[in-house]
Amino acid sequence: MKGQLILIPGRSSKQGVGLNKGKLKEEYIRVTTTLELSFEDAQELGLETADIVKISNHIGETEVQVKVLKEGKLPIGYAFIPYGPPSSCLFDGETCGTGMPASKGMTIDVEFIKKGVKKKTALPPKTAVG
Amino acid sequence: MNNEIRIINGIVFDPTNNIDGKVVDICIKDGKIVSEVSKSAKVIDAKGMAVMPGGVDIHCHITGPKVNLARKLMPEDHRLDPHFKTPNTQSGSGGIVPSTFATGYRYATLGYTTAMEAAVPPLTARHALEEMYDTPIIDNGFYVLLGNNLFLQSLIAEGRFAEFKEAVAWWLNATKAYTVKLVNPGGDEPWKGHKNLNVKSIDEDSKATDIAPRKVIEAFIDAVHELGLPHPPHIHCNNLGHSGNYDTTIETMKTAGDRRLHVAHIQFNSYAGEVGKPPKSASKEITDYVNEHQNITCDVGQVMFGKAMFMTADAPLTYLLRGYKKEKWVNADTECESGCGILPFDYQGMIYTHALQWAIGLEIFLLSKDPWRIVLSTDHPNGGSFANYPLVIKLLMDYEFRKVAMRSVNQKAMNSTILGELKREYTLNEICIITRAGPAKCLGLKDKGHLGVGADADVTIYDMLEDKEEMFNAPRYVMKSGQLLIADHEFVSDYTDKKVLRVAPDYDKEIEKVIKPFFDDFYSVNYQNYAIQDDYLHGLGKVIGTKKKNSIYEN
Amino acid sequence: MSAASKDIKIVNEKIVENATCTFCGCCCDDITLTVDMDKKVITKAKDACVLGKSWFLNHVIEDKPIARIAGKEVPLDDAINEAAKILMDAKFPILYGMSDTVCEAQRHCAPIMDDCGGTIDTTTSVCHGPSGMAFQGVGEPTMTLGEVKNRADFVMYWGGNPAEAHPRHFARYAVTPEGMYTPNGKDDRTVVIVDIRHTKTAGVSDIFLQLKPGKDFELLWMLRAACKGVDIPDDCKDICGVEKEVVEDLFQRMKNCNYGVIFFGMGLTMSRGRHFNSGALMALATDLNEFTHFVAKPARGHGNVTGADNVVSWQTGYPFGVNFSRGHPRFNPGEFTTVDTLSRKEADAALIIASDPVANFPKPAIDHITSDKCKLISIDTKNTPTSEAAHVSIQTSTYGINTGGTVYRMDDVPISLRPAFDSPFPSDLEVLTKLRKKVNELSKKANRPYATKKYM
Repeated sequence: MKGQLILIPGRSSKQGVGLNKGKLKEEYIRVTTTLELSFEDAQELGLETADIVKISNHIGETEVQVKVLKEGKLPIGYAFIPYGPPSSCLFDGETCGTGMPASKGMTIDVEFIKKGVKKKTALPPKTAVG
Repeated sequence: MNNEIRIINGIVFDPTNNIDGKVVDICIKDGKIVSEVSKSAKVIDAKGMAVMPGGVDIHCHITGPKVNLARKLMPEDHRLDPHFKTPNTQSGSGGIVPSTFATGYRYATLGYTTAMEAAVPPLTARHALEEMYDTPIIDNGFYVLLGNNLFLQSLIAEGRFAEFKEAVAWWLNATKAYTVKLVNPGGDEPWKGHKNLNVKSIDEDSKATDIAPRKVIEAFIDAVHELGLPHPPHIHCNNLGHSGNYDTTIETMKTAGDRRLHVAHIQFNSYAGEVGKPPKSASKEITDYVNEHQNITCDVGQVMFGKAMFMTADAPLTYLLRGYKKEKWVNADTECESGCGILPFDYQGMIYTHALQWAIGLEIFLLSKDPWRIVLSTDHPNGGSFANYPLVIKLLMDYEFRKVAMRSVNQKAMNSTILGELKREYTLNEICIITRAGPAKCLGLKDKGHLGVGADADVTIYDMLEDKEEMFNAPRYVMKSGQLLIADHEFVSDYTDKKVLRVAPDYDKEIEKVIKPFFDDFYSVNYQNYAIQDDYLHGLGKVIGTKKKNSIYEN
Repeated sequence: MSAASKDIKIVNEKIVENATCTFCGCCCDDITLTVDMDKKVITKAKDACVLGKSWFLNHVIEDKPIARIAGKEVPLDDAINEAAKILMDAKFPILYGMSDTVCEAQRHCAPIMDDCGGTIDTTTSVCHGPSGMAFQGVGEPTMTLGEVKNRADFVMYWGGNPAEAHPRHFARYAVTPEGMYTPNGKDDRTVVIVDIRHTKTAGVSDIFLQLKPGKDFELLWMLRAACKGVDIPDDCKDICGVEKEVVEDLFQRMKNCNYGVIFFGMGLTMSRGRHFNSGALMALATDLNEFTHFVAKPARGHGNVTGADNVVSWQTGYPFGVNFSRGHPRFNPGEFTTVDTLSRKEADAALIIASDPVANFPKPAIDHITSDKCKLISIDTKNTPTSEAAHVSIQTSTYGINTGGTVYRMDDVPISLRPAFDSPFPSDLEVLTKLRKKVNELSKKANRPYATKKYM
């Protein structure tokens, strides 16, 4: 399954917290490799939360994990990812004479790689309590 | 290392000590003027040169938040006037609002060694201090904006004058300021809180103003008098720039009674005529009052043709002026305390109002009977750059040159003034007074502005040239705290022994219990983080003592 | 271990009141820190937001060398000498970063680059640099945050997500505080969010406008035109994704408020248009002053990026992207800004202070700065991809936790920091003071041809 979306990188509080704990630590890596998709785009691309996809453009590529949002949270055709090394490898160095790379609004190719491991939501086994 | 210097053969001008063009030796040791030095002192032969104390600028805008906003606003102006690096000095940018290194060097290049920043809000005073630390060579101090301070105004409105005085003293200590600055008192609330209105009279007591400006002015004059600050409240009067404003100025001066008051850039408040119509000159009415009242001091605020920059806490005025050309404009409100407006400007000789302002400033100088109390400023950069000071000096000293200058500007403006009839030419002694001795006395700085024993060894030596603009533009030697900085017109060092001049009047600490609740409710910084800690001055602070006086002539 | 020993009371505890958090531009100065002075950690950060807490509580003194050259531990002075030599020998040395340190340290950066004829740039260039450029063109009506607390009855956030990037902004400054003329807090205010996605911030709003991506300029310009009496066009929704009636209603609210403010973020500076977007917004705020008192403020990110802006401006006349190769400051975004000087492979030496471009910059820039064509020097408080890649790496203590100094809040208000515990690592100020002295010594010996007046 492949498709094209426009990528909007940005800050998030989880990314900020992870940054303080350490950029090489698990939490920061997990947050900055999470790609948020709109409900509609996920359906169109046949993707579910926790799927591993490759996102790429003419600059580079990286593997990230999908998180599907509720309807209306993201405009259709757009994906969001917290800032970090994975999103940086897609940024072009072109600043159009301003010093600022156009990091918001890059077109990326999205390609399904494999199913990921979802967070467990099942209850733990029954105990002797009660 | 021997730091003794003897200046010989120079023609000395030291009006404070009644030396008017006499050849006397000046001796320097350990950064001070002394009566004698040893034979191993460095000798500077100043034959044929004028020796004066270092210049003292009593009113300029060179450090702090509004200055930096104006700096950021003008890259095109900086690029036209780069300040080049030399082996002894750092690079910077010039133009109408130079960068800090360039500011210090350029003041020194004119022979100035002290410059007072005229308006800083208390909340951002740390910024002004930081910029001072990056302004080489010259001593500094600043006037803290309290005239629109909401807490202080509420104390005045409730008649709590004893607490008001303690609170003013607290604020002066908390900010490390030199004196109180009032700008368009009462004008902030109408501007910020009532959709961009302004106050129009010092007795206006509307819903928008809450308290009449006169009451604010009186309260500060009284409190500062009681505290005995070396420099009185420094006021930018209401209605600045408006036709017919001279009566506001006179009423403001009258509120002082016989106590001291310093009127800033008085030229901008010396206009006759009707509101809304082109102004006329009221220089005579204003100078008559100042001449007759020894408790009043002022700086002229001379307008000079060319680039200028309005940067003033009089935000509503700046917005009004913006209406003429609608170019880039900055407004910056400071919570509970103040505001500011910034607008690039150009004074042009062919425009009636600009030419009139130029003429009024010169009239004020020429009608002045007391150069000690009517001193030089251009309200840099509001009336033009401090780089214009040598040209102002030439206009005052050379009647023929002044006549030629008058012929090249708007004639309708010239015909409406008496400038053409004023043939007076300032002497070198009088120039020395209005640029050094007088400002130092107005500021109450006993160690500045003169070359008597005990004074700071801030000395400028000029080649005695026919063309006074050329003479004052490029001193041959400049010394600050006995350190030679400029020799043979070149920087030999940028060694800086800066002092931040401040006052520290006593106050009753109980007042903090009255002030703190206001902070807790209405400020956005914590009360405990507001006052500037003493060690923030890094040992550069110099406290000037307090003593009640009714004029600069009292000792 | 007994149950009792699990609740060991901290014996050597220090409380630091009124501490300032420097993680984001809010610079909240009301934090109370509880410090375990034996373990040298902060155990509590009362009143800090989630970002602030993680900033304070995760700070530990690492057992790492102070200074390394090519990965090997060396005395600090050796590293400084090596760094000075690299900068002086380079043809196009650059300095970048500066935002995560105090102004007292920042003040040494421009003089260092002045002496070696290099280029100085701050993280502003990839943050609100475009807003700074717009400011140079149109100016800005603005304010300190207490004015918003006391007066603002119309508060708008455009292209930003303060709920996640400045979590205490609403509660401390802009939405809920009960101020002098806003005694009922949020009830006295209308809160409007304009963004392309429905973020957590939108949840706080009274009115949320979901804008078409890349159409900020168009909507801002429509509002500017409305100020001049031009009607909102009928095809407004096609143009920018918002209904005409909604925009008309918005304009009336802006025009009729008593004190309006717009905070704006990276949604404007980092997307198509960049400084045109910021400029349109600042010009709109100016236009609205025909009707009422209206202000705007960029929501600055990292703790002291505003300080870096201020320091570089007062020392050079320009806020970022400044070059000294010709013996005086020259400003040129796109020419002297760091993403460009690295992506175009122009820099042959890079001094990176308190920032991490190897993690955050575009790939072409990262490729160059980590190549052998560019000698990398890093001064930072922790291990980062940049410090790991550096030829000379110096670890320093952290501002606001180990060292004091001045920082500037997003509204240019300077605040003095209150550190919690000291650190065996030198401060940025100490390192940069030494580096400046060394570079100055070398520059005097180098006998550079200084430009004279004849150049002009």
